[in-house]
Amino acid sequence: MAALETVELEHLPATHTVLLALYRNVANTAFLQEQLLSRNADFEYAFVDASTVASRFQLLSAVYKAIAAEMAGSMRTPNVHSEVVVSLNSNNNISEAYRRYGVQPSTKDVVVVKVLISREGSPSSLSPEDVGKHLQTHVQGESVSCSDEELAKVTDWPKLRKYHKLNGLPWIEAIKDEKAKKNELEMLIISAMAMRGT
Amino acid sequence: MATPEPAAAIQPPTPPADSASTHEFPLPPILQQPSAAGPAELITQGAEGRLYRTSWLTPTRPCALKHRPSKPYRHPTLDARLTRHRILSEVRILQKCRREGVAVPALYGIDESQGVLSMEWVPGRPVRVEVNEFLRRRAEKYPHSDGGRGRDEVARDEEGAAPLVGLMRRIGEAVGKLHKAGIVHGDLTTSNMMVRPWEKDKGPVNGHHADGQAEEAEHSLEGEIVVIDFGLASQGSADEDRAVDLYVLERAFGSTHPRAEALFTVVLEAYKDTFKVAPVVLKKLEDVRMRGRKRSMLG
Repeated sequence: MAALETVELEHLPATHTVLLALYRNVANTAFLQEQLLSRNADFEYAFVDASTVASRFQLLSAVYKAIAAEMAGSMRTPNVHSEVVVSLNSNNNISEAYRRYGVQPSTKDVVVVKVLISREGSPSSLSPEDVGKHLQTHVQGESVSCSDEELAKVTDWPKLRKYHKLNGLPWIEAIKDEKAKKNELEMLIISAMAMRGT
Repeated sequence: MATPEPAAAIQPPTPPADSASTHEFPLPPILQQPSAAGPAELITQGAEGRLYRTSWLTPTRPCALKHRPSKPYRHPTLDARLTRHRILSEVRILQKCRREGVAVPALYGIDESQGVLSMEWVPGRPVRVEVNEFLRRRAEKYPHSDGGRGRDEVARDEEGAAPLVGLMRRIGEAVGKLHKAGIVHGDLTTSNMMVRPWEKDKGPVNGHHADGQAEEAEHSLEGEIVVIDFGLASQGSADEDRAVDLYVLERAFGSTHPRAEALFTVVLEAYKDTFKVAPVVLKKLEDVRMRGRKRSMLG
């Protein structure tokens, strides 16, 4: 079983730990969304609809942006996890971001992001092991590695292109190599995400 | 002035003990955080900012990080607003270029409060370096001290000039594409253009294998032109501004690479075919040449 992964990000203080997991064919997405909506403190996660994730790089860009906002005290949402979800959007509409990138009852595959934060005098009360166990108990899906290869299997490119207004660019359509084309689209999405809120 | 001091007296003062050997300048907060790829490398310093090479998200992905440090002589509120304004102007232009398919670095992240902009690291070397190396190799090839060919201007049809002519053509096309996208660069020089080596299966691959030196000479100029540093760029489609862009490049090229100056016409020829009003811009360029960069005679 591919367990929860601890990701080391560059230029991230040791106070922050990023955990990632990918679940395929999740049966209880409605339950997961309900926990977020009811602000259940035990479910402080970013549950991301994996079909809106183009790559690890794009996902981690959102995670890094969310953590930077958390550290700077400039978050627009209640916590770093909801901030991850809105960081995937390229505009400032928060409820739209939750709807597009967050878990919905209709979601099939889910990327879970958990950020553990230790503050001075109060280290994070959870360990990665605790988080792994909690997810294993409550997410009814098949855990796979959160790799580019696995993510690519579930990416919904037409949806991503629509969300980030990437249709009608003739030079993109002219790229014959599928890999090069996706790379250009991925970079455009990441740039658009970086510009959100500016 | 009395008797000259002994040589020891003109030695530079010893640096203060607390000046770190790694960086003379304060790093932005982001670069004070741990990085598995090691400390950031200061690449260049301009009047407004410093460019570092560091990593982005993972140790294996290099990035160019541009830091606009706060200026102590400016009022803090004004300083923050100016920095924010300039970073946002630059990122909007970068994003516009990318959407239009102009080869520029991709944007990775922005932190206006720190004055930091992170971009894709463009591999390769600046056009300035590649052209100068080309000219140096050419001079070595014709080492006549009596004013042989190596010291003369490069002629367009001379043997071995084809790679340079090709590069000039790609420069003209790159500038044309930029202007077509509605962007004026504001500081076009051969230092602000990179030659990014073609990816393996992308771009022209020519089959000839001459001796090693000739091959090196050809391959170093081979690559895609990537325009960088949009710190002085603006959005607009005025022929006048476009002509000034070309004029600045022409002057910069002439003074940086005088021996290749005659080839600049290739840049303009290639530019002419890139978009509809390019010929009008070239007409305007003739006016700009007559009077210089400033129209208003102010500033």
